[in-house]
Order: sequence, then structure tokens, then C-alpha cells
Amino acid sequence: MQMNDNTFRPKIVAFCCNWCSYAGADLAGTNRLNYPADVKIIRVPCSCRVNPTFVLRAFGRGADGVIICGCHPGDCHYTSGNYYARRRMTLLFSMLDYLGIERERTRVEWVSAAEGAKFAQTMNSFVETVTKLGKNKRLEDLRCKK
Amino acid sequence: MQKVMIERAAELLSSGKVNRVLGWRAGLFAHDNTPSVFTDAADLQANFVYNEFCGANLSKYLVKESDKEGTVAVFLKPCDTYSFNQLIAEHKIKRDNVYAIGVQCNGMKDVNDREKLEERCASCKSRKHVAYDELIGESGEILDSNRFDMVEKLENMTSEERFEFWRGELSRCVRCNACRNVCPACTCEKCIFDNPDSGSANKAPADPFEENLFHIIRAFHVAGRCTDCGECSRVCPENIPLHLLNRKFIKDINELYGEYQAGETVNERGPLVNYTQGDAEPSVVYERGNS
Ligand code: SF4
Ligand code: SF4
Ligand code: FES
Repeated sequence: MQMNDNTFRPKIVAFCCNWCSYAGADLAGTNRLNYPADVKIIRVPCSCRVNPTFVLRAFGRGADGVIICGCHPGDCHYTSGNYYARRRMTLLFSMLDYLGIERERTRVEWVSAAEGAKFAQTMNSFVETVTKLGKNKRLEDLRCKK
Repeated sequence: MQKVMIERAAELLSSGKVNRVLGWRAGLFAHDNTPSVFTDAADLQANFVYNEFCGANLSKYLVKESDKEGTVAVFLKPCDTYSFNQLIAEHKIKRDNVYAIGVQCNGMKDVNDREKLEERCASCKSRKHVAYDELIGESGEILDSNRFDMVEKLENMTSEERFEFWRGELSRCVRCNACRNVCPACTCEKCIFDNPDSGSANKAPADPFEENLFHIIRAFHVAGRCTDCGECSRVCPENIPLHLLNRKFIKDINELYGEYQAGETVNERGPLVNYTQGDAEPSVVYERGNS
């Protein structure tokens, strides 16, 4: 069937750490909680694995929003990874904002393995925010356009 | 000054204390003095210069020079001593192989407008040498500079205005990589920007994304390690104000994680390889300023 729906659906990339948030996403799934299919999850060993280049490249290749999910501060499987990630992402997001790229397109959220509901809720609200912003035009790689 | 420096350098060479001297060599024009290694007194007499066009920060050259046989003498202006310390902290310079001579600096002149001081010198953060073995001339004080004024001005613009401003600046980048090559904090042997798969190894950026990618990653990679020496902005052939990117990171770090000046000492832990449990959440970015 041809989809004839012209309403904007954002592409969201979610980096989820293996030990908490990815399990949280799983739980959301097994509990049949709804969150939009526009969210593409990329599993990473720890939130601190997310290099700033990952975030930029996701935008470059067409993402409209990027969210990073990790264990709650203090609960990182590797003890302190998320503390480093927190500093890095704070500075990176601030820089994006400084360059005039809408800050609402980026987010960090701490989601534990038991928080399936929080995961679904976070994704719903993030998708809603990004949908309002519309297409990412300020940070896209034109060469990736068909 | 120049005369005293030449004499001292010749003395160090003849006494055998050092076997090379890293300094500035007179160029074809008055303003294009370049970093150079001197090994004999005659060469020093004929070609060594120190004047208001010796902006080049010699500390980066020590990464290679201090790895060689024997001791190398080097002349360091106040801001260069910060880079020197930072490189020692990162284990890039072998301190024992270096004889550091601090030299007084009254600010460098802008090559495009010789009446004016360079931007970085007009907003100099410190005339104090933070590391040296001996001093020629005077060492000054840490200054209360106005270096964050322009960053603040940008922060107070709307998101659209900032975007326009940066497009105007960054779209001029020709990707000569000079800013990376000159930077004392950029000392990786393999750089992402030389990797054809990085999406940003082209010579001329094809679109705004690539420009942003290069500039954000360049500035981010030196965040917390950048001493604000100003070399990147000095060498940019397109006069892109790269210092405004570096200073944004410095300002954010100061505000969020406490005042920090890279290179002030050799044994402090940099802000990005450190944390406290009570650090601000990334959402502070949404909460402050206008968008
Ligand atoms: S980024 Fe620029 S100001 Fe900072 S250390 Fe490198 S060359 Fe100096
Ligand atoms: S020195 Fe200037 S033109 Fe060259 S790569 Fe750096 S910003 Fe671009
Ligand atoms: S393992 Fe989850 S944030 Fe480090």
C-alpha cells in the first residue's frame, strides 16, 4: 500500500548504553509500551562510548534529533563512564547551540534497566519536540541527499 | 632584546650546554619571521630576530626537537609558556632535554594592520611566564582580560543570528589545515581529518555540514587543553575567528566546572578527564540564554 501521508516524521537516533537504557528499551517492548517507530536505537557499550563525531555524523546523515541514554549517574557499569559523557555532551550541546543549531534536537537522559515506562515516555516527548522543530536543515550533509 | 638574546644563545651553544637553539628566523618581509633551529653563532648573528612579528609559538616544535639528542634551548613568550607546560603535562615534551628561556613580550603586531596589536594580544590573558629556566627581560602579571566579550555578545544573539554569523565565517574555510598544524594541543600522529573516511578530509568543504564537523571537532578535541594561545586564529588565511570557538569551550568550562587555565601548572587534571558527582546535567544548555 502506498503511504500517502505527508506529515513530517522525524528521524531520531538514540544511542543507548548496553547495561541500562538498552535493557530499558527492551522492557518497554516486552511491556508493550508504545513509542514512535521513528526512533532508531544504536547500542553502545556505555554512554561514554559516544564520541562527539557520532552525534554530528548522525545529524549529517539525516537525523533530525539525537538522544543519548545511559545508566543513572552513579550506576554506570564501568563506574564513571556516564560522568565523563555528561561533561562532554554538555559542552558539545552548548557548542551546537552557540553555532546556531537548535539545542532542542539534542538530549541526554538517564534510563535504568527497570525504567521501561520512562524510556517510552522520554522517546515520546523527544519525538514530539523534534517534530515541532521540523526537518534538520542546519546540520545536514547535502551529499547524503538522494 | 634581540641583541641580548643572540649573545645568550651563542654563549649557550659555545659552552656546550645546548647543541641547538630554537628561535625565529628573519623572513623575506618584515612580518614573516619563521620558527627555525640555529646551530652556530654566525647564523644567529645574521638571521635571528625578535621583534613584534614573532608571533609563532615555538613550544609545539619541541615535540620533535626534545626527542633528539642533546639539549635544545628555546625562547618562549609568556603565552608560549602555557603551551609548554600543557605539552609537558601531556608527556609530549621531554623537559630534561629543553633549556627554556622566557622572553618579555609587549604584544605582537597584526600583519594585516601593522599599527594594531593582534587580537589575541589586545585581549592578552597573561604576561606572566609560567615556566622557564632563565628569563630575559621582565615577566608580567596575569591580566584581567576582556577576552570573553565577543563570546558573550554571540551568546546574547538569537539562534538564527548566530547561525548566520557562523555560516558567514566558517564558509570561508579552505581546509588548509593550518589551524590544526600550528596548534600546540593538536599533536596526534594520526588525525581524523587525514582519514578519507572521516567525511571531512576534503580540501575544500563541500557544504555547511562539513565545515561544522571540522570546526566543532577541531575545537572539541582541544577543549580543556587549549591554552588560548591564539595561534589558530593568527595563521588562518581566511581570518576565521577560531578563538571564538575555543573561548566558548573555555568559558563554559569555567562557568560549569570551575575556573581552569590549561597549562598554568603541569600536574592538574584537565576538566574533560575529570568529573564530580554533582556536575550540571546537559539540560543546563536548554535552561540558559535565549534560543
Ligand atoms: S586551539 Fe588555537 S588557541 Fe588553542 S592551543 Fe590550539 S592554536 Fe592555541
Ligand atoms: S586555517 Fe582557516 S582556512 Fe585553514 S583550515 Fe583552519 S579555519 Fe580553515
Ligand atoms: S554502562 Fe551505562 S552509562 Fe556506562
